[in-house]
Amino acid sequence: MKTILVRAPGLLTTVQDLGRPGFGPIGVSPSGAADPISLRVGNRLVGNKEGAAGLEMMLLGGTLVFPQGAIVALTGSDFGAMLDDVNVALGTAVQVRPGQTLRFGPTTSGARCYLCVQGGIAVKSFLGSASTHILSGLGGFEGRPLRKDDVLHIGRAGKRFRSRKIARQALENFSRRKVLRVTPGPEADWFSDSSLRAFYAGTHRVGEQSNRMGLRLEGPGISQRGASDMITEGVSLGAIQVPNGGSPIILFVEQQTTGGYPKIANVISADLHRIGQLRPRDEVRFEQVTFDQARALLIEQEKLLSSRELIVE
Amino acid sequence: MQTAQTDGVRFQPASDQSLLVYLGEQISPAAHQRVRKLLRLLEQKPIAGVRNLNPAYCSVLVSFDVVRLNHARLEEILRGYIRRLDAMRIPKGRELKIPTCYGGEFGPDLSEVASLHGLTPEQAIELHASVTYTVYFLGFVPGFAYLGELPDALATPRLDSPRRSTPPGSVGIAGNQTGVYPFSTPGGWRLIGRTPVAMFRPDRKAISFLAIGDRVRFTPISAAQFAALERG
Repeated sequence: MKTILVRAPGLLTTVQDLGRPGFGPIGVSPSGAADPISLRVGNRLVGNKEGAAGLEMMLLGGTLVFPQGAIVALTGSDFGAMLDDVNVALGTAVQVRPGQTLRFGPTTSGARCYLCVQGGIAVKSFLGSASTHILSGLGGFEGRPLRKDDVLHIGRAGKRFRSRKIARQALENFSRRKVLRVTPGPEADWFSDSSLRAFYAGTHRVGEQSNRMGLRLEGPGISQRGASDMITEGVSLGAIQVPNGGSPIILFVEQQTTGGYPKIANVISADLHRIGQLRPRDEVRFEQVTFDQARALLIEQEKLLSSRELIVE
Repeated sequence: MQTAQTDGVRFQPASDQSLLVYLGEQISPAAHQRVRKLLRLLEQKPIAGVRNLNPAYCSVLVSFDVVRLNHARLEEILRGYIRRLDAMRIPKGRELKIPTCYGGEFGPDLSEVASLHGLTPEQAIELHASVTYTVYFLGFVPGFAYLGELPDALATPRLDSPRRSTPPGSVGIAGNQTGVYPFSTPGGWRLIGRTPVAMFRPDRKAISFLAIGDRVRFTPISAAQFAALERG
């Protein structure tokens, strides 16, 4: 079996696929790639099914050795990757020869870079998914971020190398935006008009304490009334809840499954992957759309993702 | 926003891919029974395109594939399910015990909780262990059960500032709820004891020790019994 040797793990490198939906009744959130579109596209570039497990790196990547070689692709943010001493472009299938070293540095764009390998990263599946759930120490590679000297196994593949890259035009459609589109949260009417105005007109800064569970936002204080009356209920991916302190939190892939704070808004499905590319201190704004618009935007995005034109050979 | 109401049921879009179904507006055994019934029905007869279910005290959050379903269509299907709830019978929850070593290093907040209510720590333990609790739902983190109702004489607000980390197995109380932390997580509940029983067991078929609707009692054990049980 082909392997990847971890010479240096990077800041927070985890095995991720598209997550494990369906276990809400036992309190398990789906987890999965923070920027699933990058993972899906990366998998297509190397000839995998789009949900195969890859590596998710955050802010600073590591150093990986491929003793038996591999076919790989990098997507998401640019971490200045070098294969031995040659720059590796994002969004392009690359053949790694046996013994070569792939080195990543700090990000020069967004928060996360994905490494997809033909055959996928082979780990024991937990509840039907290879995703690491960091908080509970489950899934992925031994339930934790990678460490120095870990040895990862690559799944069987055996397809020959094909030169593939993402069409430049398609890339523009998925590029980062500073505006996240949202629909009204289930408790939006618990907020005063002035709080709603402050939320939509203001600029919010992503806090340092942000992680895969949630992103803390600093910015205009938002007051809500009656949080003490709130009965704990299920919370959606991308929900923006406002605790008593007034600093909103965007619930993310490794989120709590239920919560007792009112939600002012919810990031639309078509923009969820953008949350995964937000770094601490990045600034974001929110723009409200209708549920119908949100649905139309997702359908359009899925059409683009499944189109033949996305990838050029 | 659509907030249609029939038969005491309210639908509320939570996001473009989820719909909240409120089966009551207050925490009550009746609302809990309706939540259990709807969850069971949705598990027995899954709706095509539904991807996840998050039950809570009075509600179920239904998440769906946006390409296959929308709020209006899902609401229409769910109304058909809800019409069947009253005629539905569900089995009583299992009776389970959670052996717990109270106080000391395992329950650092026990003395304060007791003195807040003018009780001795022994009286507080006796009260906590005197009640059969209902598992209202599992949520927050994997395997975390919301148990109620705590006797009024023990109901205590959360800590003003949450702990950065609580040891797995910690038994906490917050308001009129009690529960066991399955993992080391930050938490604002007041810790009164600890159990050696694992709440979340990824290697077992029943991964979560507790399930919605179970009936639970805490049984006091000594530190020596705790150590023995922990060794298995």
